[in-house]
Amino acid sequence: MKYLTEFRNGEVAQRIAQQIHRIATRPWKIMEVCGGQTHSIIKNGIDQMLPAGIEMIHGPGCPVCVTPLELIDKALAIAAQPGVIFCSFGDMLRVPGTECDLFQVKGNGGDVRVVYSPLDAVELAMKNPDRQVVFFGVGFETTAPANAMSVHLAKRRGLKNFSLLVSHVLVPPAIEAILSAPGHRIDGFLLAGHVCSVMGYWEYPPLAERFRVPLVVTGFEPLDLLDGIRRTVLQLESGRHEVENAYERMVTFEGNKPAQKLMSEVFEVCDRAWRGIGVIPKSGWKLSEAYREFDAEERFQLSGIRTVESPLCHSGEVLRGMMKPAECPAFGKECTPRHPLGATMVSTEGACAAYFNYGRFISAEQLAGAGLSAVGQPNDNWGSK
Amino acid sequence: MKESAPVGSASTPDFSNWSCPLPLAGYPTIVMGHGGGGKLGNELVEHLFVPAFRNPALENLGDAAVLDLPAGRIAMSTDSFVVQPLFFPGGSIGELAVNGTVNDLAVSGAIPLYLTASFILEEGLPMAQLAAIVEAMAKAAAVAGVQVVTGDTKVVERGHGDGIYINTAGIGVIRPGISVSPRQAKPGDAILVSGTIGDHGMAILSVREGLEFESQIRSDCAPLNSLIADVLTAAGASVHVMRDPTRGGLASTLNEIAQASGVGISLEEASLPVKPQVQSACELLGFDPVYVANEGKVVFFVAPEAADLVLNALRAHPLGRDAARIGTVTADHPRLLVARTAMGANRVIPLQIGEQLPRIC
Repeated sequence: MKYLTEFRNGEVAQRIAQQIHRIATRPWKIMEVCGGQTHSIIKNGIDQMLPAGIEMIHGPGCPVCVTPLELIDKALAIAAQPGVIFCSFGDMLRVPGTECDLFQVKGNGGDVRVVYSPLDAVELAMKNPDRQVVFFGVGFETTAPANAMSVHLAKRRGLKNFSLLVSHVLVPPAIEAILSAPGHRIDGFLLAGHVCSVMGYWEYPPLAERFRVPLVVTGFEPLDLLDGIRRTVLQLESGRHEVENAYERMVTFEGNKPAQKLMSEVFEVCDRAWRGIGVIPKSGWKLSEAYREFDAEERFQLSGIRTVESPLCHSGEVLRGMMKPAECPAFGKECTPRHPLGATMVSTEGACAAYFNYGRFISAEQLAGAGLSAVGQPNDNWGSK
Repeated sequence: MKESAPVGSASTPDFSNWSCPLPLAGYPTIVMGHGGGGKLGNELVEHLFVPAFRNPALENLGDAAVLDLPAGRIAMSTDSFVVQPLFFPGGSIGELAVNGTVNDLAVSGAIPLYLTASFILEEGLPMAQLAAIVEAMAKAAAVAGVQVVTGDTKVVERGHGDGIYINTAGIGVIRPGISVSPRQAKPGDAILVSGTIGDHGMAILSVREGLEFESQIRSDCAPLNSLIADVLTAAGASVHVMRDPTRGGLASTLNEIAQASGVGISLEEASLPVKPQVQSACELLGFDPVYVANEGKVVFFVAPEAADLVLNALRAHPLGRDAARIGTVTADHPRLLVARTAMGANRVIPLQIGEQLPRIC
């Protein structure tokens, strides 16, 4: 398949992995920013192909994971209201709020719908003038253009029954926060290819300069990831710290200008709370003054929401790269995809779910047979019906 | 009669050959009375079900069908069908209801013979849709060589059903000398699948409200009994396990067999047959085809020396042209399904928690 199978060629992958083995003389810690990359690394076993010293640290780039619990509770409260059609991307439905999740709201009679694009939610609003249609607009710069377009269209069409529950987060401030934290362990970054396809990579050279870290724009297929890692290691071994583009078939320096223009009109930069991490200054987007009337938080009266995080969940440390999922005491025990304590165990792009789903916790004897390396030994009755 | 467009249907069924019998014409939609056991219900039976499924056991219209069965062990199975939309590329709930039970019997080593059909209809269901579904069932039964010998109809109020739910139960007679069970996978067994995976699930998804995408993907819904008969004729007792990987896809079926037999399964990811358009749709939605439903595929665990024989038998059948050998049973990592990725690394493929969900980006 064009642009897919070419980037999954096992022989080429082995060759790139061998190059990395040749050039790496010291241990390096490399963070892949995006949850999609984490998923692909674990699914394809990329980390198993690397020299022992090269450690992949999983970053905060899973939009489901960093959405604050309070916002999920707000979503649940809005979705439960009569007369509301609550639309969301599929993987938000299973994220638990303090009390329940969107599946349970739906089971109790709420009109919760999975859509593939926010523009479908605008269509729903046009078809259902007597209902309030709300779209749960979360995500990084990747999902922001379509969300911006949905609000833009709603305004142009004069829709009074469409709104966005919005919690957009931005990559550069997150990288800055991680690198500013005392005791951080990151030597280099794989930048999220899809974010950069929208935003370009003009925002990153000051970060590379200030923190003296290589930043390599990287795609999601196995060969993309291996090439991104290879280029990062090459920079580290030669003492360089540059922004480099290893995803040229998708990403340009400037990015998608029309999308950036639309987003700067619809959104404005704000401080944003990241689940498990805390408030990062100027790290998010909210609806700008001109579009504030489409903000679901303004439209719906939401009071009495009491948000309580599980004290057992260490997703914040996982998201900052301070802890590997299997090192969490609750991993695979109190916390499994069936009973997730935090969002990193829910979303397919969450690091904890990626570890769990691809069996990165099974007993050493079983793994020896499967040729995998052991990480953690939970007691969940995994795999049985 | 007036034809209303099928609700939520992307592929409009073809009613051109359907002639609605006169006594039903007064009611273009299902009303509560059709389930009331009175005249309206009788009309449905007399003018729709009996003409469609016509056979001597059914035409007696007794409280139970009375059947002559060949000597031997009998297999029995039942399944309920709830699907939205009712019509989808490559089939409808009607074909699913017949083929689903036929296939459950066939993978148990039985020759499927007789089915029952129970309908739960929602008030307001267009009669033309019901007729099209019953026609589809009749055709599927004829293709599979089974008879629908008894049935039941109930009607629920509007808003209390999804148009139509169908339950079918079936019986078949076990082939002499055949003993298959999910507990009989043995280390060394070769694992084969009869064709491409994920077609049905992605076909349904491509027409589901809110997720429609343009595609050429058609459901693989088909009766597997003739394909399975060919394999059993070729390989007989060398076949240890047969399963049709429906809901939860190939991954769930293989996990269940690994559990039931207490063995490990090692899968060659690169050998899995997946249609390019199914692969593309899966990439788009963030799905893994190993978890996507099939309705016309069967997985065989066979003694290693019979693997080629079975593969040839499969590929000689119209439903098995894309058959492939996909893995091996091992004594290592018992109860685990481990795939060797195209990169040469290994990954565990566990059971899914629930349905796969389209991801954010």
